Amino acid sequence: MPADSLVKITDVNFAYDDRSILKGIDMEIPRGKLVAIMGNSGCGKTTLLRLIGGQLKPTSGELLVDGQSVPAMKHDELYAMRRRMGMLFQFGALFTDISVFDNVAYLMREHTDLPEEVIRDMVLMKLNAVGLRGAHHLMPAELSGGMSRRVALARAIALDPMLIMYDEPFAGLDPISMGVIGQLIRKLNDALGATTILVTHDVQEALLIVDYVYFVSDGQIVAQGTPEDIRASADPFVHQFVFGEADGPVHFHYPAVPFEQELMRETANA
Amino acid sequence: MNRKLLDLWVGFFVAIGFAGVLFLALRVGNLSSANFAETYQLTAKFDNIGGLKVRGPVKSAGVVVGRVTDIRFDPQAYEALVTLTIDSRYQFPKDTFASILTAGLLGEQYIGLDAGGDEKMLKPGDVVAKTQSAVVLEKLISQFMFNKASETPDGK
Amino acid sequence: MLNGAFSAVIELVRSAGHRMNNALQTLGFAARFFMMILMYSGQSFRRLHLTIREIYFVGFQSLLIILVSGLFIGMVLGMQGYETLQRYGSSEALGVLVALSLTRELGPVVSALLFASRAGSSITAEIGLMKATEQLTAMDMMAVNPIARVVAPRFWGGVISMPLLAALFSAVGVFGGYLIGVVLIGVDEGAFWSQMQGSVDFRFDVWNGIVKSFVFGAAVSLIAVFEGYDAVPTAEGVSASIKRTVVYSALAILALDFVLTSFMFRGN
Repeated sequence: MPADSLVKITDVNFAYDDRSILKGIDMEIPRGKLVAIMGNSGCGKTTLLRLIGGQLKPTSGELLVDGQSVPAMKHDELYAMRRRMGMLFQFGALFTDISVFDNVAYLMREHTDLPEEVIRDMVLMKLNAVGLRGAHHLMPAELSGGMSRRVALARAIALDPMLIMYDEPFAGLDPISMGVIGQLIRKLNDALGATTILVTHDVQEALLIVDYVYFVSDGQIVAQGTPEDIRASADPFVHQFVFGEADGPVHFHYPAVPFEQELMRETANA
Repeated sequence: MNRKLLDLWVGFFVAIGFAGVLFLALRVGNLSSANFAETYQLTAKFDNIGGLKVRGPVKSAGVVVGRVTDIRFDPQAYEALVTLTIDSRYQFPKDTFASILTAGLLGEQYIGLDAGGDEKMLKPGDVVAKTQSAVVLEKLISQFMFNKASETPDGK
Repeated sequence: MLNGAFSAVIELVRSAGHRMNNALQTLGFAARFFMMILMYSGQSFRRLHLTIREIYFVGFQSLLIILVSGLFIGMVLGMQGYETLQRYGSSEALGVLVALSLTRELGPVVSALLFASRAGSSITAEIGLMKATEQLTAMDMMAVNPIARVVAPRFWGGVISMPLLAALFSAVGVFGGYLIGVVLIGVDEGAFWSQMQGSVDFRFDVWNGIVKSFVFGAAVSLIAVFEGYDAVPTAEGVSASIKRTVVYSALAILALDFVLTSFMFRGN
């Protein structure tokens, strides 16, 4: 793995009430690279993003972003750090009461003193990068799923962040939109010289664009490697995940009493 | 929503809101120049203030010239100490009579000032020397009955 | 058998204690939330257009219901008041009755109740929905403080709008009483206004009414923004929060009215 890491996670544990969500996570996200975190639903992927963004604090372990410890930050430092991050939420989370243009311009207006003409040019540039410059006057309610996802992308990169995080960007999209979003994620990462973390369970799309993959299951990293490593992997979990097999290390059946026993019990009661 | 239009409607709303407040204050209530006029204070002592309350009016010749602003009990002389706040436009002579009267038959009680003839005027902080206490209905009735009772032996 | 009854009682006590615990926790969080709103209110006034926008949606758009209700209540007061007063030959005191009832009590209280059900519920819905669609989280991640940007302007919008609405309610109500009493029934117009002016003291009645409506405005706005912010981020969660806003606001208004009235009109 190349040396200079933007995000360095060492032995991080996170528990919510009594439930342990993440156990002993070790991760390094190198600068300028596109890294995917994959796993089935509920394994803790979104929690990882929240930890990196400082919305949650790990119960133990170290989490460094650009050399600084995120859990140790106070409110002002955290907000300063977040201004250098961009995040795309699972369903876009656009502000529904303002137009597409205002959504993308939001951060520029909040965090900079740039004059309106400059902001206008920047917003149109970002919208152009995602192919939606002509839609800048529309309201979020008038957009399709794919379009609102793209607008949210434009908003996430509004201030040219050093770290971009995507939470399930492919969820619920048609194949064309998925391809578009995937290409955009890759192109923007390279064009901006940024680092990207991609949380998804859409294996095929992700493997086409990423540099490195971490597989998470039940709160632990079970596999990692480049896309070629993953495709060639003999690990049963990876295999089940990549090829979408119904049964494997991730069981098909929810834990239960053996079927015959349950049927017998019913007839006994009846 | 265009910002200018928003500001317009909000400005309209705030303006009529204030108009409502002003309407209540001036036309419904009694906020007038009198409330803000200069005033001075006098004290008066009464044996019995009856039903007089703080904020009750002080009238002279039936016109409101001030308000009762304080009512206290003097434990040495066992009488009531009433503070009157009078509009500075009106001066009263030193031998003015202050009595507690009732507006109408069963109305609220107020202080009536009967101006005397003295050349010297009451100064701020002065005590009104001549006072007449409120008429207490029970005493009036018992007096009436006493008079009636003392009448009958002769009438027999 | 006794064992069963005993454990049922224990269970009852435990669940009551648990609910009390929850209630106290929520109360504590609400108090902290209120402090945070006050702390982060700077932006609401430095960027006034945020608050102005809220005054529009919360205050201006409540005008219709406030004015119409005020008019009707004033007219009813006129009718009922006349009916009772004329039995004692005091029908000229109608103006006094209508004005005092409105400025002291009905104006602040009824307009606050209407405000809670119209504006309060829409504030809760807005904030709750923003929470459910992750907009608040998105804001937080973009280093924009959601309390400063979303919650505080709505709170101050409510606090500013409430006294204005209450004053308009009372003013329109007095006019309604005038319509019924003087125009329809025939009470003497001069007596109506002059007796009213003689008995309604600005400092005492009108001002106290304004103070009450400020307090009610703060209470209703706080409850509305809190319930929205604290909502469970689902459709049922938001609608449960809206219901709570309306109910708790009504209770708070009436309880505060009792407390304030006993302070203000004591011994008079």
